This record gives sequence, C-alpha cells and structure tokens, in this order.
Amino acid sequence: MPELNLTSAPAHLRHGSNIGQPLTRRDGVLKVKGQATYAADNHPSGMLFAVMAVSSIARGRVTSLDVAAARRHPGVVDVMTSDHKPPLAIDPEIKTNPFVFRMEVLQSDEVRYANQPIAVVIAETLEAATEGAALLAPRYETLPALIGLDAGDSFVPPVVGVGNPTENHRGDVEAGLASAEKRIEAVYETPPQYHNAMEPHAIVAAWDGDNLSVDMPTQGLFLSRARIAELFGIAPDKIHIRSPFLGGGFGSKGLMAGPQVLGVMAARLVGKPVKLVLRREQMYGPVGHRAPTRQRLRMGTDGEGRLTALDHHARTVSSTFDDFYEPAADASHSLYASPAIRTSHDAVRVNTGTPLFMRAPGEATGSIALESAIDEMAWACGIDPLAFRLKNYAEVEPITGKPFSSKALRACYEQGAARFGWAKRPLQPRQMRDDAGLLVGWGMGTATFPALMFQAEARAAIRRDGTGAMEIGAHDMGQGAWTALAQIAADGLGLDIDRVAFKAGTSDLPDAGIAGGSAHTATAGAAIHSAGAAVIAKLADLATADERSPLFGAGNTGVIARDGKLFRRDDESRGESYTEILARAGLAEIEARGMGAPNPAAMEEYAMHAHGAVFAEVKVDPELGQIRVTRMVGAFAAGRIVNPHLVKSQLFGGMIWGMSFALHEEAITDRRSGRIMNANLGEYHIPVNADVPPLDVITIEEHDPHVNALGIKGVGEIGITGSAGAVANAVWHATGVRVRRFPIRIEELLTQR
Amino acid sequence: MKPFDYVRPATVAEAVAAAAQPGAVYLAAGTNLLDLMKGNVSRPDRLVDVTHLGGLDRIEHLADGALRIGALVRNADLAHDPEFASAYPAIAEALLSGASAQLRNTATVGGNLLQRTRCAYFYDTASRCNKREAGSGCDARDGENRSHAVLGWSDSCIATHPSDFCVPLVALDAVVEIEGGNGRREIALDELHRLPGDTPERDTTLEPGDLIVAVRLPPAARGFAAHARYLKVRERTSYAFAVVSAAAALLIENGKIKQARLGLGGVAAKPWRARAAEDVLKDVAPTADAFQEAAWRALSDAKPSGDNAFKIELARRIVVRALTLAAAGTPARMPALPASPFASTSGALHA
Repeated sequence: MPELNLTSAPAHLRHGSNIGQPLTRRDGVLKVKGQATYAADNHPSGMLFAVMAVSSIARGRVTSLDVAAARRHPGVVDVMTSDHKPPLAIDPEIKTNPFVFRMEVLQSDEVRYANQPIAVVIAETLEAATEGAALLAPRYETLPALIGLDAGDSFVPPVVGVGNPTENHRGDVEAGLASAEKRIEAVYETPPQYHNAMEPHAIVAAWDGDNLSVDMPTQGLFLSRARIAELFGIAPDKIHIRSPFLGGGFGSKGLMAGPQVLGVMAARLVGKPVKLVLRREQMYGPVGHRAPTRQRLRMGTDGEGRLTALDHHARTVSSTFDDFYEPAADASHSLYASPAIRTSHDAVRVNTGTPLFMRAPGEATGSIALESAIDEMAWACGIDPLAFRLKNYAEVEPITGKPFSSKALRACYEQGAARFGWAKRPLQPRQMRDDAGLLVGWGMGTATFPALMFQAEARAAIRRDGTGAMEIGAHDMGQGAWTALAQIAADGLGLDIDRVAFKAGTSDLPDAGIAGGSAHTATAGAAIHSAGAAVIAKLADLATADERSPLFGAGNTGVIARDGKLFRRDDESRGESYTEILARAGLAEIEARGMGAPNPAAMEEYAMHAHGAVFAEVKVDPELGQIRVTRMVGAFAAGRIVNPHLVKSQLFGGMIWGMSFALHEEAITDRRSGRIMNANLGEYHIPVNADVPPLDVITIEEHDPHVNALGIKGVGEIGITGSAGAVANAVWHATGVRVRRFPIRIEELLTQR
Repeated sequence: MKPFDYVRPATVAEAVAAAAQPGAVYLAAGTNLLDLMKGNVSRPDRLVDVTHLGGLDRIEHLADGALRIGALVRNADLAHDPEFASAYPAIAEALLSGASAQLRNTATVGGNLLQRTRCAYFYDTASRCNKREAGSGCDARDGENRSHAVLGWSDSCIATHPSDFCVPLVALDAVVEIEGGNGRREIALDELHRLPGDTPERDTTLEPGDLIVAVRLPPAARGFAAHARYLKVRERTSYAFAVVSAAAALLIENGKIKQARLGLGGVAAKPWRARAAEDVLKDVAPTADAFQEAAWRALSDAKPSGDNAFKIELARRIVVRALTLAAAGTPARMPALPASPFASTSGALHA
C-alpha cells in the first residue's frame, strides 16, 4: 500500500494538546476524491473474479449443481463446490476460541439457512462468474425450516453475548413485586435486523507459495489473521492483510466471515489472485445479524415511585449450528436502582445464519424494551418519566453494588432536558398538537454502554529530523481512527499532528486488538499513549544522562515533551529539541513499544459505563398513523472526548440508528421458506435523509481516572441505546397508544383515532 | 442472465417492428427492467432501446387545451415544469413523491406506466408467482402480504401496481397514445392496466409491439388545478412505495362540488379509479360527511387478501384526507415534503 496522503484540516485553530481538538477526518479529502482504496478497489495483475451461489432453501441439502453448465460458460475458470475445493488444515466447525464462529465454507452439502454459500464460480470477468453462478441451477432436498421465536422448544443457553451469565439476580424479585404498590408487566418484540454497511464484505486474496496477501475490510486484523492461519495451516507472519478503510463495520466485520474465507480458498484453488464481493442480498445470511427478541419486563414500585423489583426476561434465537445469544436482558443490570433485579434469557434454534454482533448487541434490543417499560412504570405511578428516572437513579451499579468509575448521567439528564425543553411536557399522553393538528409527543430514554478495554500494542519512533512515527494495526471503520488515534499519537510524542507519520490498517503493524465494543479508541489509544511515553522516556534518558545537554541531571525531576522539545519539568526555560538530542547521540531514530490493556484491579473495584439521556419529539398524523421524528437531543457522558467533531458524528449515527430501530428496520422472513423477502436497500427500510430531524448532541466531559490511562469510555454504540426507546415513548406520548412490537407500524396506530 | 439482442431503432415504425416478435421488450431508462433482468425475473430475448427515438421527449400544449406528454419525458423534468405543475398540481406532487431524486431524474413517463409490481414474491425467483410464471402458483397468498391488494385481486394474484404518477393520471382521465402494428390508437389509462383474474401474467392490455408514445391529459383535466392533491402514506419519507395513496381533484363552484375525481394507489393491480365515490360527491357541498360517504363508497368492494385489513381502513381515511386537502385548495407552492401528511410541518427542509 502506498503511503496515505492524510491531511489535517487547515481551518481549525489548535492550541495546547492535539487531544480535544475537533479536527475533521484526515482521510476525508482522499475519500471525497475517490482516492481512498477500499478492499474491492484492488486489482492485482492476473486477478480473477469469484461469485458465490447461495441457497434458496433454509434447511436441507444440495442434491445437484450443474457444474458442467457453469464450466462451459465462456470465461469461467473453475467452480468450487463441496466436492471440489482446496483442503483446510482444520475443520472449520471446531471452535478453537470463544471468538471463533462456525462458517459455511463448502465442507458439506448441508444447507442450514437461506443465502448460505453453496458454490463459488471463478471467472475472468465478474459477468462471467455471475452467469456461471446462475447456471448452477441447484436442486435441493428440502426440510421444513425452523423460523421465528416460537420455532421449537426453548432452552437456556450456557452463556449469552460473549461469556455473560444467562441469569443474574440480586435480591428477591418476587417478594419485591408482591410488596409493590404499583406493578407493570409488558412484553416487547424486536425484529431480526441485518447488516447493511455501505461496503459489503469483500476480499482480494493472492497466494504466493505459502505467503498470502489479503485486501479486505476488517475490524479485527489480528483475529482474522489468526483464523486464516489456522484454517490454511500457515504461520500468521506469512499472511499480510491490508484494511486501510472500511465502508462501515458495525460488528459484521469483526471476525473473519465465511465468504471471505471462500475468497482465500478460491485463490488457492485457481492459483491466481481472486476477488470476491458479496452482493447486497448475500449480506442477509452469512455475515451475522441482530437476532429477534421477545422480552418480558415486570416492575413494581413503592408508594413513592421507587422500584421494588425489576425482572427482565429475554427470548432470542440462535442458529441450528452455533451459539450466539443476544444478551438483551443484561440491559437491566446497570441503569436503575432496584433492591431486587433478575435478568434471564432463553432461546430457540432457527434456520438462519448465526446471529452475531450488530452495533450494541444486547444493549440496543434490551434498551428499547427497558426504556419503554420504565416509561410505562412511570405512567402507572403518575410521575414524569425524567423525575421517575431520577428517583430511581443508581448511585452504585445495581446488579453488583460496585461504585461507578465515573457517572455524569445526572448532568446528561439535566442538560439534555434543558436543551429540549422537557419541563413543559404534559404528563398525560395525547395532549399536544401542532398548528396543523398533528399529534405531538415527547419521549426520553437513558443511554448506556459499558466502557470496555481490550489489549493492544503500538510502536513509536522519534526521528532526527524532528518528526515522529506511530505504528499500530488499528482500524478505521469510518469512525475516524486515522484522525483520533493520530491525535493521541501526536500528544504522546510531544509533536504537532502534522509532524507524526501515523500508520495503521495493516497486519504487519503491532496488534491493536479488535475495533469493537466501542473500545478501539480506548484500547489502541492506551497503547499509543504508552508507546509515546516509552519513546519519550528513552529520549529523556539520552538527554538527562548527557552532560552536554541542558537537561543533564533532570532525571529525577523529569521532563515534559512538547512541540518537538523536552523541557525540565521544574524549569521550562531549560530544554532541548529532539533533533539536537538525537544528533548528538548519533542516532537516526529512537523507538519504543507500548501496551494498552485493561486494569483488572480497577475492573474488580468499579463498574465502568458511558451514559446518556436522549429526548425525542415525534409528530403523528392522528388519522393516518404516519410518524415523523421532528427533533432529538442527546446528552452523553463518555469520559474524555478525544475529538468532539468525530464523537458528535458517531453519536448522530447512533441516534439515527435508534430512530431506525424504533420506526423502520425489519427483515421480513417468509414464515414457510425462511427466505428474507426484503434483502435489498429498497425494501429493507432504514431512514433516508428526509426522515432525519435536526439532531442536537451535547457531550459532557468526565474525568475518569479508572477506565484507562486516557480516561476514554467510547462512543461507538451508545447512541442507539436510549434513542430507540425515546422515539417509542414519544409515539406513546403523542397518541396514547403503547406499541410493544418494533418497528412501530402504521396499522398499530390506526386502531385508535 | 439470459443472453438477449439489443437493438436501437431510429424511428417509431422501426421500433414497433423490432418489438413485435415474441420475447421483445422496450427499454427506456431501465430503472425497473434492468433490475428485473439481473435478478432473472424478466428474461427477454430482445431489448428494443427507445431512448434515441426523436420527438418523444416533448411536452406539447394542444390546440384543444389538452396536454400531450411524450413517453420519454423524464419524471423530474415533468414535475419541475412550472406550467405543468401549476395546471396539474396533483400529478406533479405524485411524481415528486415517487422513488428517489436520482430515479426521478432518469425514469420516463412511459416506463413509469409499465413498471412491474413490487410484490416480493414476484422478485424472488425461488417463490411461486403466477405473474412471473403463469400457472406456477402464488406464494404471496399465504405469505408475508401486509402490503398487498385489497381491491380487484384474485386468488391467483394479490400484487399491487406501485406507481404514484398513474394515480392522479387515472383520476384525470389520462389517455395513452399507442403506436402498434396496426398504426396509432389510444386508450384510457384506466383501460391500460388489467386486474389479475386468472391471467396475472399480463399486466396490461398492450399487444406485442405496442409502444406507448405519449400520455395525453384531456382539456378538462386542468379544470381541477385549484383543488387537486396527492397524498401518500409510506414507511419512510423518500424511496418507499405507498402503503396506500390517493389523488383527489375537485371542481367546486358556488360552494358545491360540480365534479370530483378520485384515484387510489397501492390497493390494486392497477391505479384504482373510484367512480362510485365520485358520484356521491357530485353536486354536494364539500363537507366532512360527504367525504366520509365517498370513502365508504370507494372501499365498499375492498376485502383483505392477507394480513392487510388495515389498508382498507387506512384507504378510507386517506380518501377523506385527500378530499379535505383538495377542498381546502391547492397550495401556492409545492410542499417541502410532497404528498406527505407532514407536508406542512415546519422544519422540513427540502422537497
């Protein structure tokens, strides 16, 4: 990959540190000019095109494929099937670690879900490969598909999410409910949702002997490399993955997906570079999705409106062949103080691809149910929903009793409510109309997402010319890692951002962990910060030990790195430039590595979460039931904000997704065949620009000394939580109709005029 | 994708001759056809590209007061033609509520009339569909069908026609001019689209080779300009087909409705002209009661074809609202959100 020509925005005046400045994306100009090279833009010499054929049945087996017809088609080079494929070094069904999920890579003729890959046609052109795939005309032996939340006998999975206990409790929920003055019980349903990143999964794979070159979008360079290494029986250092840009990840590109492995297999089969790109409809199966849920919430309150019990049960689904369980009920662990809390899950198995991570997995589904139920409970108590939330404000994490590492949720409530004008909200629903007679409703939801940390390493260097370098295999999914991480690097190196060569996005760099769990800036940032500190320490050792340096002897008092110079901490008039120090030492550059990792002691002691409060206004046509969100205000507290501009965009995106969750998104699955009937962007509705109201984001700075060295909590996913419930609650407040099935449809609001 | 011939005739006569053979279809902007071909839903042997034919992209004012719209006029060009929009505001509003700005920029008048249903089972070649493959069966009938027809459907097909444009056109008695093997003829738009009966594979009454060359609005159509609206309920504000839509046009004189026109969209395999409802409104005052009565008449034959009973009640309410809006008068400016119940909501920034 050629050096990226990243530019920092010229317009912003910066002062002091780089962190905290609202730089625009340094890769923005490249993207606007079409010069940012995404995976599918790569065309190595001799490259062939691979196209997957996918199953149209959801359960059964493939009995025949007309491989001969496909092979006869001009331009077709080979057809990879379960009978004709390169061997894998291990059975892909074997789960070698908790982050390995089973994938369909032509190991048998069994069909486990609709849109499962059943063959790959490799050809000289995309057109020939496409036609070859169509000519396969598969025949099947079809079994009845298991579809929906009642597909079969339910069971209690051993864990939900990634290793979370299936059930949790504190106190006696039944006693709490029995003693309550007011009680509610309600069942909410959320639909299956599918990943629709602008960029579909893609791979360009090229083998050279046992060396493998891969261009593909990934949120996990190193997990992907490890997975390829074990599947193909080669050493990880033989694999070079480039992933400088992702056209969106949202959890679907965290782990190596089956179709990407098929691309590597196809390249091995034909001995030439191969490109494989999913068609949009092929995203609806083999690359993970958000499972549907049915959630039952029970709550009780005492005479003062304080919760006496909170019981949250979630039914979800997993595939027939692997285990991932949307941990929806866990949303009730951390938000509302209740002496008795119980969360539990059960599941059924269905013929879909394995549901996996999709932006705020568990938190998003759980949040819309919990926030709706809290709204219902507040109404049952006759208390304003914000007042009710404040009355039940958790001063410690309810499920564990641990103190929070920091929690500025009260400020979020206050500032968000003030900006929105919440105080004027009538308690009763269906009280407000606009000049045109449309019903107006105001709703709110609390947002929360855990502040996670993974492990990462970075390499820092300072060069004699006064520039620095920071290298880390970090991932820019569009969220702005090229910019935010470079800001952290610049501060770590004591240089202006334009003096730092920041490298990321390839697997030959130090392991940055996974870009998931809203933890990438915290994790990679911590490694960068630590590498910067380490290289500065080395540089300081050179200077302070050298009697020719003005810093000689400052080893005990320490030095400060700023603007390419080291200064004595106790006397900033005495300093020396990096160039001078390295020149005198006769070094071209000095380098060091640093690690970022979670702090188990702090995690043991503190509950760590980002928080927020989202307020939404909707208008509803009283006769026609059509809904329009007219404004949203979100106030979020997520530790240190590295780049307010990028953070705002992340939160906007999350809030829009929350609105989409409440009003638009749903995969329509044929109840008989198990095929998804709206697997395209025309019919799988997400909001268009004209649906998105003016959005207002307030960020509230928190100084959290416990989460990590930089105090970063992450903002990637929190925006969906709270927002979906806020919109749903606003619909209730506008209409007086409580819809508990999402997305809210017109027909639900037609029943009442 | 099935191999096909591509021909680009220079004249209408050549086009008609080229398209007369079985398996030939006309290609205009291709916003629907190309997707259908790529999905193996339509498998033509020959594409007859009409986009280079001369003279079909004009909007002509005829001496008798009629308006003739060439079949190749782009949806966006028509909607943004100021004279057109002021004379036929409901049609302009319908056009601007359809598809997306990008699609409207390329889609043509003739192509819009001939777009196929958006029934998911028609597009899904693994499903049975009598419209796609005659006699194969209908998987929509017992499938996911909350958006399907409530009027004029049959057991063999419950699909709807998706056009917005056609709804006010049918209400305003638009006429379709056709060049065919036997020369030029014309039919009412209301007679172009067919109800499915037991031959849903035929969407229209066109014969092989028939080319729509123009849509004509009769002189009377502009008489409704002061009271004409299109209203579309949908599940997002752009790039979504109508759940149900209605075009209402009134000629009001001395406080009474002299003539009413009413069309419904998203309810049947054709743009639905509600003549019985129009009759109810003749020579009565434009009151809420009258509109309610008209709405009942408009949907008196409706019955659910699946999980879509709500569409009948929704259609009644839309009829009442569209008539109410029409009676209130055509707005001086095209609403920021054309055809939306939120058309007048402040904060809407663009059309």
